[in-house]
This record gives sequence, C-alpha cells and structure tokens, in this order.
Amino acid sequence: MSSAAITEEDLQAYVDGRLSPERNAEVQRHLSACPEDAARVQAYIAHRHLLRSHFDAMLAEPLPGWARDFQAGTDTAPIRRANRLVRGDSRRMLQALAAVLLLAVAVGSGWIARGYFDATGEDRRTPMLAMSGSLASLPRQAAIAHVVYSPDVVRPVEINADQEGLLVNWLSRRMGTSVRPPRLAAFGFELIGGRLLPGGGGPVAQFMYHDITGQRITVYITTERSAQWPEHADGLRYAQEGPVNVFYWGTGHFGYALSAGIGKNELRRVALAVYEQSRARSS
Amino acid sequence: MAGKAAEETGGKVATEEESAQIANCIPRLRRYARTLLAEGALADDLVQDTLERALNRLHRFERGRDMRAWLFSVMHNLYIDQLRQPGLAARSLDEADYEIPCAGVQEPLQLRDVQTALCMLPVEQREVLLLVGVEEMNYGEVAATLAIPLGTVMSRLSRGRERLRWLMEGGRMTTSLKAVK
Repeated sequence: MSSAAITEEDLQAYVDGRLSPERNAEVQRHLSACPEDAARVQAYIAHRHLLRSHFDAMLAEPLPGWARDFQAGTDTAPIRRANRLVRGDSRRMLQALAAVLLLAVAVGSGWIARGYFDATGEDRRTPMLAMSGSLASLPRQAAIAHVVYSPDVVRPVEINADQEGLLVNWLSRRMGTSVRPPRLAAFGFELIGGRLLPGGGGPVAQFMYHDITGQRITVYITTERSAQWPEHADGLRYAQEGPVNVFYWGTGHFGYALSAGIGKNELRRVALAVYEQSRARSS
Repeated sequence: MAGKAAEETGGKVATEEESAQIANCIPRLRRYARTLLAEGALADDLVQDTLERALNRLHRFERGRDMRAWLFSVMHNLYIDQLRQPGLAARSLDEADYEIPCAGVQEPLQLRDVQTALCMLPVEQREVLLLVGVEEMNYGEVAATLAIPLGTVMSRLSRGRERLRWLMEGGRMTTSLKAVK
C-alpha cells in the first residue's frame, strides 16, 4: 500500500479532480484503507458541491442598474465617482471617529494607573497597567468594547439578530449561564446581534442595538460580578468614559453595562428599563 | 507584464472586445466580492471600484491572459488596500492568524447552511475555496491571482475545507489539522 506517500495536497487535489489517473488510483487505494481520510474527503467533496451550487445560483441573479449600464456601455463614472466620494467621506469619518473615541476613552479614563472605590467607599488603589490585567473597571471595559465595535460597518456583531436563538444558545454556552438580549424596542432600539469578548475572568457578552438614525447602543454583560461587585451594590451607577456615557449595575450573578454616545438622560431611560429587566430575570 | 506599453497615462480606451469581456465578468466579480465582504452594498462598491481600476489599468492587462483571473486579482488587491486603511477592523494576513476563525466561533453551531459556515472562515480561506471550488481555477492560477506561493494556496485550501467541515458538522470534531506545508 502506498498510503505513506499520499500527502494532504494529494487529498485536496483528489477532491478537485486534479490528479493524474495513476495518482488518482493510488489515492483511492489509500482511502479504501483509511476510513478516517475517506470520511474527510467525502465531506470535502459534498461541501464543494454545496458551495458550487450555492454560488452558481448567484450568477443567475438580476444585475443592479449600474452593472447593466456598464454592460450597455453607458458611462456612469461621473455619478459613481460622486457617490463614492460621499460614501468614502462618511466611511473615513467613521474610522476617524472610532480612533478619536478610543483615544478619548483611554486618556479620559486614565488607563495607565488608577484605583477604584468599592461599595464601602474604601479606596483600594489597585494599580492598573494599560490593558495588562483584568482589573479595568466594568464601565471602562464596556466603553472600550463599545467604541471598538459599534463603528464597525462590515461586522459589528458575530451573530446577527435574525439568528437570535443561535446567538442566545451560543453565548449562554460560552458564558456558562443563560444570557439573553434585553428588549429595547420600546425605545426604538432594535437588536443587531451580539458577540463574545474576552473579559478578565472569562467571556463577556456584548449585544448591539441601533435605532433608525443609526445610533448604536451596546449592552455588556459579564459574570465577573463577584470580583467587581461587592454584595449590596445594586442600583444604577453612571460613568462617563471619554465621549461614551455608561450606566452599569450588578444583579444576581451578572454585571451589566449600557454604553452609547447619546445623551445621559436619554441613555438613563433605556438603562432603567434594562435594569428592571435584569432584576426581573434574576429574581 | 508589459502589455501595451504605448499607454503612458493608463488612459487606454477599452476595445469593444475587452469591454465585453469585462462586462461578462460582472456577475462573477459580484459573487467574489460577496465572498470577501458580507454586506451586499459594500460588495457592490468593491465591484464598481474594481471595474474602474481595471479600466484605468487596462494597459497592464496582457492580451491572451484570462480576463476573469486578472479582474479577480485587481479586486483582491483593492480589497487588501481597503483592509490596510487605518481604522478599519483589519485582520492581518499572517499565517499565524489562521487559527482564529473569523467570527471567533468555536462552539458547536448546529449549522447546516453552507453560506453561513463559509462566512465564518477567515477571508483568506474563503477566497481560496471560492477560486478553487467554484471558479474552478487550478492551484497555479489561484496562486497567481492572489499573489501568494502555491504552498500557501494548498495550506489555505486544506485548513479552509477542514474548518468548513467542522462548522457544517456542528463543530463537534476535534480540529487537529495544523499547518500543512
């Protein structure tokens, strides 16, 4: 048996039908002797077919107007240039904004060395080095996560709201406890989706919402409550991290933080609703 | 890549044949763009930018070469340029990053939808899977189009297929497949 000589490249080329007939026969011999590789190759071939039919269906889709114009030889370049300028400007502005926000959060919150107060008012003066440990406070972590992800146009979330069941299952499994997105529809904020973030003591869930003006709110949920939230520390707290307003609180096993670039009073109304929902869930 | 050297300005006017060749590629360019960018509007922006750049650089296109492959490489390069713009959430193209799935998904996902699964692959693997399995390019053409070594094509293909299988099967198997050189 020549299985020792069969390489991974041979298997891939077998899937793509790009082997010589002799080599093809050798690979087939190898596969009949190696069920593991055979199963793998069989799956690759099946997925190749699936992808092929999925993508070939795209070719039959009707073309948008600009593509038909191009095919017809109509010169649409001036219009497109103008469009792109507008689009490009807004994209660049978003990028610049994200950079400024991040800097503002980092500077404004004294990322370098700083202590924080626990519920007893005792200054713990824990030195915190920039991004090195798990001790950046909940509102700061939440604000940073907000400015990093909320301006993202292409992939603001990992799993979209249209797969909410999947999102909830996945986040809950990773967090080790049931986590679901609060409902903000009453305030005009619709769920975009969610993502998982690394936190100091484990994974953190971030849900993102937007309203019709494109304004985005993120809800940051951590299970690090025990470290950051002494008992009896319930109640809504407020922090301003650079240009981002954050309301945060601890309930049950969770720490929550709501971040947005919107006005404090407006955000407070939303935060109160999420606060009530979180308390209802944990009681 | 001498092409038609007479075009100093790059302002060569496309012949009718070339225009038709380019126009015929639009549907394929659109699906390639949608492999790179999940959002349809951005993908179509990329296609239009590609057409414009291709027309401006037509003097670099060697007659007799595969127009589709050339347009794909124009698009690929534009996409990479966009990634490199400061401030965009760019993922480096280092091999080292490959162990990180694009969406950070490591849990069983009960997915059977090939499009969803594909979207969870790193973009470098996605485009190789598309060019090899859908566009039916041979490995050498893929390497030339993406300007990467043949070995890199093969390792991206191998990793991409394995991760796709993992995702399609609900992510339960162990992914022990490491660098295949």
